[in-house]
Amino acid sequence: MLKRNARQLKEKVMFSLSGASMVVVVGFLGLIIAFLVSKGAEVINWEFLTEMPRQAMSEGGIYPAIIGTLLLALGAIIFAVPLGILAAIYLSEYAAEGRLKRWIRIGVNALAGVPSVVFGLFGLAIFVILFGFGASLLSGSLTLGLLILPLIIRSTEEALKTVPNSFREASLGLGATKWQTIRKVVLPTALPNILTGIILAVGRAAGETAPILFTATVFFMKRMPEGIMSKVMALPYHIYALMSEGIYPEKHTAIAYGTALVLLGLVSLINLTAIILRTRARKRKKW
Amino acid sequence: MSKRFFKSEKPIKGALAIFALLSLIFLAGILVTLLAQALPFLGEYPLGDFLTGESWRPTMEEPMFGMLPLLLSSLLVTAIALVIAIPLSLGTAIFLAEVAPPWLRETVKPIIELLAGIPSVVFGFIGMVMIAPFLKDLFDLPVGLTALNAGIILAFMAYPTMASLAEDAISSVPSDLREASLALGSNRWEMMSRAVLPAARNGIFQAILLGFGRIIGETMVVLMVAGGAAQMTINPLKPVRPITATIAAEQGEAVAGSLHLHSLFMLALLLFIITLAFNVLAEGIKQRNDLSFKRNKKGATL
Repeated sequence: MLKRNARQLKEKVMFSLSGASMVVVVGFLGLIIAFLVSKGAEVINWEFLTEMPRQAMSEGGIYPAIIGTLLLALGAIIFAVPLGILAAIYLSEYAAEGRLKRWIRIGVNALAGVPSVVFGLFGLAIFVILFGFGASLLSGSLTLGLLILPLIIRSTEEALKTVPNSFREASLGLGATKWQTIRKVVLPTALPNILTGIILAVGRAAGETAPILFTATVFFMKRMPEGIMSKVMALPYHIYALMSEGIYPEKHTAIAYGTALVLLGLVSLINLTAIILRTRARKRKKW
Repeated sequence: MSKRFFKSEKPIKGALAIFALLSLIFLAGILVTLLAQALPFLGEYPLGDFLTGESWRPTMEEPMFGMLPLLLSSLLVTAIALVIAIPLSLGTAIFLAEVAPPWLRETVKPIIELLAGIPSVVFGFIGMVMIAPFLKDLFDLPVGLTALNAGIILAFMAYPTMASLAEDAISSVPSDLREASLALGSNRWEMMSRAVLPAARNGIFQAILLGFGRIIGETMVVLMVAGGAAQMTINPLKPVRPITATIAAEQGEAVAGSLHLHSLFMLALLLFIITLAFNVLAEGIKQRNDLSFKRNKKGATL
């Protein structure tokens, strides 16, 4: 009898501990969000979001950094989405199981695991120096595009796999070719899930710092970027620079709180959009 | 003729295959670039001194490029992070797979996903303004920017990946294994610890390996909160300088074409090899895992 109670107690304790581990993480997340919101909200107002920085970044807004981050993420998507979707179509619809497919999959996963700072050095050596693009919006976008390419391939492949085979068979049975089937049946059916993956990749690109550290960013700009060869300000780099320059520590830290909250809000909004889109796509699924 | 060419779909498959191969090509491109930029360093500085040197002083008149303190810093920070992240993520995985009601699972999963989306620089900022003062008071330190601080933050960054992979591994254990264990009189914890977790061990191991790769490659957090001192220490309360932080911090000051800049590419090459090895290992374990379940299924039908 006693032994049985001990066993039951152990079950209770272990499962409670497992629940507690989740509470610790969710609590930590709540704590950092509450902390950033309370400190950042003091700084954020309309001028902060829409004005140029002034007085060596100790006053004014972060407008060019917001625009710079959006441009970098957009550039990365333009580069990575077409390549990623085409690669995923091959992996999901054409490639037979075998050595080649296994190597490609290892390559995609290995690319996803390359540290972001290594992407930064690669971008510096290839895009900035070898191709002569300099530190620019173009170099930064290409570097970020490379970083999110494996994410797009993996999410698109997953999305294509969720399309039932009967859809393909019906289309082929009606006389459509394989390519027509992919274009007219498979891709449209998988579209919401593909979009979810792309939006998550945008969020990732918008938040990365190390890859653009050497390839695109500048701490302080008096004008907006003029073209793809122009350097840009970016929210993630801005936070880092404010915290490491240290000319006006008090004023800089206050602006950094505001910038961190803006970046967190922007990225969370992007990710939330993706999560909602995915949930709705799942609910609408009729097969 | 040309019309017939376009009607044939052979070229489509070939073109798509090229796009799929691009990932491998980019990967090889990164490796070649790092090698090409690291070679001049190896030409001027003995590899043995680089691998076993105990001081990293790149800007001295007689520069020293000993990478041991940097590697030790990376490993120390990673070890601290894993010690925190493994129990948290495994606990969460068990809770979500076995204990939590569906509504709770559906609420917690998006929250974990939002945590995964927080940019590393924001985590680094949190480490500087929130964790550092806390650790400084708690341990009475001169500054709170230490290996422990970086380890705590990195644990929460690696947690989402590790928790979700471990949960996948636990959920994918076939239900006949659970039923058999319960039928033999185990309670649910005994079923979990003696039947399910051993069956899911490959997937869990894979989660830990990928967590390791993620942590050791993370840059901004260690750059901002690890303290930056290149010293040989395993004391979590001392400032350290991991490999990634060294590359990011010194790239800006190293002169183009200098031995110093090439030494940073050498460090990046080292980091690339470490993370690649761990990722390929994790991949291999996953494939072995999938295979063994397939075998089980086949065995069951016989």
